[in-house]
Amino acid sequence: MYAIIAGGGKVGFFLARELIDQGHEVLIVENIGDRAEFIANELGNVVLRGNADEASTLAEAGAERADVVIAVTGDDEDNLVICQVAKKRFGSQRTIARINDPRNEGIFRMLGIDATVNATQMMLSVLEQEIPHANLVPLLRLRNTDIEVVEAMLTARSRVTGSALRDVELPPESTIAVVIRDGSAFFPNGNTVLEAGDEVVALTRGVHEPRLRSLFFAD
Amino acid sequence: MGCGRVGARLALLLVQGGHEVTVLDIKSSAFSRLGPDFKGTTMLGNGIDQEVVRRAGIERADAFVAATQGDNRNIMASQIAQHVFGVKRVVTRIYDPLRSDTFAALGLHALSPTIIGANAFFEELTGDAAPPLAV
Repeated sequence: MYAIIAGGGKVGFFLARELIDQGHEVLIVENIGDRAEFIANELGNVVLRGNADEASTLAEAGAERADVVIAVTGDDEDNLVICQVAKKRFGSQRTIARINDPRNEGIFRMLGIDATVNATQMMLSVLEQEIPHANLVPLLRLRNTDIEVVEAMLTARSRVTGSALRDVELPPESTIAVVIRDGSAFFPNGNTVLEAGDEVVALTRGVHEPRLRSLFFAD
Repeated sequence: MGCGRVGARLALLLVQGGHEVTVLDIKSSAFSRLGPDFKGTTMLGNGIDQEVVRRAGIERADAFVAATQGDNRNIMASQIAQHVFGVKRVVTRIYDPLRSDTFAALGLHALSPTIIGANAFFEELTGDAAPPLAV
């Protein structure tokens, strides 16, 4: 695989090091001379000095034959433009962007960026998972839809605890897909009685999430 | 978006022409360019933040102009205005002529001060209209 990494900061540097270790061809585009020199000393001849948002730099980097262009600078607007130029001008196969502001995820997806990585959002998810029983934890959103995969840990106070699934009135466009009990997962049916301590994985449309939450949590 | 020399002058021209204008900038000191009697609204904030432009009233705006120093900021803000909020007239300042071409092809109405400026000088010097640059 040939990967172009735009931005030689810490994320770009370590990403490049790991990819090189795995035997991939990597080129880091970095515009600060000292930093480019440091990377070259550490990782070898894998740096191009320049601005990755300039078409001439991406051309020199060989963006048209890149399997993936990964934009990991510290600025969302730069990462967006780098990915759009790579895709539209050079036809790069796949573009991945780092996002800092979680609110930008939607616009990146709307504008055709193939994947985004958002450290802020990941931190939030970890925090939510570490507060037990507190909330519905969003696991992921199915691509290009408003369908969310969410997880909830049931407690003795959950409204649905003790009920058979067939008697549970789920919100519309929602389904309980998997139950994890005592460490093993199974697909529930109408006879499944939900217990305190069950982890429930559900699919729902974004708009129905609050109703699902009130079903799983007493208050 | 962007209350530099160009943004401020454009805002003053539009207000003078009887239009309702809100000017966004990330530095409050930039608004001094509008003078003490500016009849429009000023708002401190980043135009690539969807909440900020929403508060600035973008949902009822007829037009959006991105005129900051940063090409990429202008491009991102303009695409948000166009695709998220459906603003009809969006004009984007893009200094880099190549990037200007790329995003014009993606449906942005791009103005490149680099091209406009160089062409104006060329015409002043030679008396001829500037031809396209053969690359």
